[in-house]
Amino acid sequence: MALLDMKDVRGGYGDADVLHGVSMRVGEREIVVIVGPNGAGKSTAMKSVFGLLTVRGGSIVFDGEDITGWAPDRIVQRGICYVPQVDNVFREMTVHENFEMGAFLRRGDLSAAYDRIYGLFPDLKAKRRNLAGDLSGGQRQMVAMGRALMLDPKLLLLDEPTAGLSPKYMEQIFQITRDVRDAGVSILLVEQHAKQALAFCDRGYVLATGANRHEGSGQALLADREVAEMFLGG
Amino acid sequence: MTLMDFLNFHLVPGIVLGSIYAVGAIGITLVFGILRFAHFAHGDMATLGAFIALALVTAGIDPWRALPIAMAVMAVVAIGVDKLFYDYLKARPKIVTVMASLGVALMLRAVVQVVFGVDPRTYASGIVRPDDYFGILLRDRELYTLAAVVLIVIGLTLFLRHSRWGKAMRAMSDNPDLARLSGVDNRKVTMLTWAIVGALCAASGFMLGINNELHSMMGWQVLLPMFAAAILGGVGRVEGAVLGGLIVGIAEEMSIFILPAQYKAATAFVLLLLILLVRPRGLLNGKVL
Repeated sequence: MALLDMKDVRGGYGDADVLHGVSMRVGEREIVVIVGPNGAGKSTAMKSVFGLLTVRGGSIVFDGEDITGWAPDRIVQRGICYVPQVDNVFREMTVHENFEMGAFLRRGDLSAAYDRIYGLFPDLKAKRRNLAGDLSGGQRQMVAMGRALMLDPKLLLLDEPTAGLSPKYMEQIFQITRDVRDAGVSILLVEQHAKQALAFCDRGYVLATGANRHEGSGQALLADREVAEMFLGG
Repeated sequence: MTLMDFLNFHLVPGIVLGSIYAVGAIGITLVFGILRFAHFAHGDMATLGAFIALALVTAGIDPWRALPIAMAVMAVVAIGVDKLFYDYLKARPKIVTVMASLGVALMLRAVVQVVFGVDPRTYASGIVRPDDYFGILLRDRELYTLAAVVLIVIGLTLFLRHSRWGKAMRAMSDNPDLARLSGVDNRKVTMLTWAIVGALCAASGFMLGINNELHSMMGWQVLLPMFAAAILGGVGRVEGAVLGGLIVGIAEEMSIFILPAQYKAATAFVLLLLILLVRPRGLLNGKVL
């Protein structure tokens, strides 16, 4: 059974629907990427999982439980964490404090959790006393992911984690995403860099105008001529 | 004028006044940073706090012992004001809450005037002669005021830096959406903020009163210098509010070298205009308003 199972989700912000029937599945230890042209509803589809928009039809089942219409704070406690595309760190707080805020809902000894995060992001260990706002874009993205991972989620949602990053950092973020997956976390991410993202993911979904267009393994989608013509620039 | 005269008649009173402004400005900066509106009832909350302390003093309690009680009472009052008025407006544009706070200011002042009258009052009568500390003349009340401000600032800083809920307050000020995504309960942070702000109001009102006198307009009259101090230091920055308070307080006491004493109150206004023109984020880089 899939960890996350979205079926025919319709909805949007306010009254207008942005999603007109999106279905997606994310399995255990799977990296699933959502690609598509601008305005396809990629980020919206992801936000629907996290309870950030009004879902008017369809269902979202996570880990055997129907979470359709739940509030974000309840979804967080259930085991899904979300990293927004922008403003995803506390800029005026140190790296370590960002992680502490990520673990706000957790009680008890957190030293193992910190060890795990600094193990995943060794670059940040030396910068733990720096303000997150003073870091480079790539490192800030790592802080954002680390903050979300502090709650030990089963599923991590990443909204365009490589937007605005140099190719070097893009590779690094993809590598870290793999490391996180290897640590037992499933990942659903939205990507602008469709080619690179499809090359590194396990499976992908191509959305257009708020609905599913294609799906399959990353390699299969890359090889698909129509997908290539539509979204990957030939 | 000798150096000692300058220190004793200008700098020391400036520092005392400035540290009182600092306590008020910290409260303003916390409301600005975390709840994101300009709280115009701040001064009148300080007045109410000062008069609650007066009621306790009248009942026979030593003024400096009355201070923590008045702070605790005002913490509850501030939470109550939020629940009764501001909480209903939180979904509306912030300017509505700003205007409501002006209404709350008038209401609180009216309560003070009805209960305590409109005549100036004091915590203790009689003239206190200052003690000589190596040439620096200080009254006990000034010494206690400075000590209390230092304690309040250190205590608040430690709380914000190291406690779980202090960090939650900073997170809410820094990035409210992300704080909510992290599971921080906005209502609890709001309540906690008002409790702290109410207590700070009582402290600043009390210290204004004990260093001078109490009257029903006392808080309203220091609202402008306190706002100037908060903005000068950088909105959302506690250490900025302290710095801003000291600068405004000292500048007011120094202004008499170039301006007639009646224009003392204009100093804060001039400083506020200057900082908004030259460096709108404040000295320590606060939020843009």
